Amino acid sequence: MPKVPSINESPLVPKPSGALIPERDLLSTPVLETHHLGIDFGGLTAVDDFNFTVGKTEIAGLIGPNGAGKTTVFNLLTKVYKPTRGTILLNGEDTSGMNTVSLNKAGVARTFQNIRLFDNLTVEDNVKLGLHNANSYSMATSILRLPNFWKQERLAHEKALELLSIFDMQDMAGLKASSLPYGAQRRLEIVRALATNPRLLLLDEPAAGMNPSETAELMENIMKIRDTFQIAVLLIEHDMNLVMGICEGICVLNFGRIIAKGTPEDIQANPTVVEAYLGRKKGD
Amino acid sequence: MKKKTLRSYISSFGLVIAAYAFCMFYMNNGMSRTLKGQLIPICSYVVMALSLNLVVGISGELSLGHAGFMSVGAFSGVIVSGWMLNGLAIESESLRLLCALVGGGLCAGVAGFLIGIPVLRLRGDYLAIVTLAFGEIIKSVINCVWVSVDGSKLAFAFNSNNVPGKILINGPQGAVKVDKIATFTGGFLLVLFALLVIMNLVHSHTGRAIMASRDNRIAAESVGISVMKYKTIAFVTSAVLAGMAGALYGLSISTFAPSKFDFNQSINVLVFIVLGGIGNLVGGMISATVLTILPEKLRAFNDYRMLAYAVVLILVMIATNSRSVKNFVSSLTAPLKKARKGDAEHA
Repeated sequence: MPKVPSINESPLVPKPSGALIPERDLLSTPVLETHHLGIDFGGLTAVDDFNFTVGKTEIAGLIGPNGAGKTTVFNLLTKVYKPTRGTILLNGEDTSGMNTVSLNKAGVARTFQNIRLFDNLTVEDNVKLGLHNANSYSMATSILRLPNFWKQERLAHEKALELLSIFDMQDMAGLKASSLPYGAQRRLEIVRALATNPRLLLLDEPAAGMNPSETAELMENIMKIRDTFQIAVLLIEHDMNLVMGICEGICVLNFGRIIAKGTPEDIQANPTVVEAYLGRKKGD
Repeated sequence: MKKKTLRSYISSFGLVIAAYAFCMFYMNNGMSRTLKGQLIPICSYVVMALSLNLVVGISGELSLGHAGFMSVGAFSGVIVSGWMLNGLAIESESLRLLCALVGGGLCAGVAGFLIGIPVLRLRGDYLAIVTLAFGEIIKSVINCVWVSVDGSKLAFAFNSNNVPGKILINGPQGAVKVDKIATFTGGFLLVLFALLVIMNLVHSHTGRAIMASRDNRIAAESVGISVMKYKTIAFVTSAVLAGMAGALYGLSISTFAPSKFDFNQSINVLVFIVLGGIGNLVGGMISATVLTILPEKLRAFNDYRMLAYAVVLILVMIATNSRSVKNFVSSLTAPLKKARKGDAEHA
């Protein structure tokens, strides 16, 4: 398992490189690979035979009608649920022995469909919690307030503000997380996930509840995040403008099974997908 | 440090130091004997309130067995102090008190760690019930323990009073003929220590992780925070402080039995922090003080003492939850807040 870089070593938020990202960067080892992944809840098969690959710097989308099992896939990828069968490879390494915590340390961060912030803490503290594992000082250091405490806390403060600046949220740093408007809470979740220095970012309906202009801004920001941090993004979304606009690879899920995979163009032209969303024409 | 954090440090430490100065002055100017005798127990209960606040308020788990840790601390504190005096012939009272506090804290910490492993795997009501059970188990176990000091050695016996030399712990009778070495100043320093540990812990990345585990378990794990680890840290730290409070308490009275630290005692401490506002350290300290003095002051009512006590409790709870009382209080503090806001704008 890779060592989490200390807050001192890791560079502050890098500036966009402007480099072109290959459409589907699958030549090198993919960041995420699943083989025949599946889970049963009692007698119900929620997800079955889920084979999917996400390239190192790819923006991938997971779509499907309500109840198709998209969030269940996320929960499997982050080990909130233990898979009944199949394997998940992260950077080519098997993750079968890992739990949610160690998986995060290995580079998987996520947001939640129903927002899960630390409601009673400030916005800044929420981000600092994302920096928790990079922020290494002992409990004795904090109780005795040794010099290292002040140094690490100052660095965490600076880094938290820089991360918040991605979404122009520095001014909200002192507010309670629960007092933020809905859209800002969603953005804060993304910042918190980014703070853990992930290699794969899982976004569960990032645009839910956003208006079209906010969604457009979010699309830009997801691209910006990918370019600056050079990470892969896998997102679940119902907003087709967003999915078709920024995803390079899309996977369509229905009743727990993949019904189509491919580029946005492939998916739009796929009759099975259209059927899953709109139903079949009478008489067809 | 952030302004708000600094202010909370100043207000809580200022309050404790002011209270100490006031007591020292009042002690030489006509403080009643009963109140004088209560000063050290008050310090001890204040530390208990702080310690339970760490578990209930900061870590968000309801523990109903905190008297158990107090008990472990009290008895091990008495053993350490008695052993140092009778076994090692160390006369210095302050050194013995210090060692007894540390020893009591360590023993309670070990107990807290061992109990924490199974207990913290549970949540909510189930956790509360199991802590209650462990509190009672501790009480029953100590009921069966005899400890004596023979020469420079300690002798332990379980379920038999067959121990040589001078007896320190006498089974169900508990600690007997305790050398009362606890002082009010020692208690005051312990309160400062507990306050410093908890506030420094809360305002650090450990404290943030504890509060994150409280606010949202799944989210905490998703950002790489091991919830179990931080719940254990909070629980053990709290047990250590409760043990120190117990040691202070034990060394301030001459005889006490294990049954002193029963379920009622745990609830008593819980009442302190509920009344003071869960998670509110200063509130917990104030209500611990008031609720320790109050039952004694109500002694005049004799039989109606507990009844009056209950009525006072209910009245306070109604008052703090009533909108009109709240509005009245905020109208009193409004000019103050306005001035503060003005300050912030200037800064």
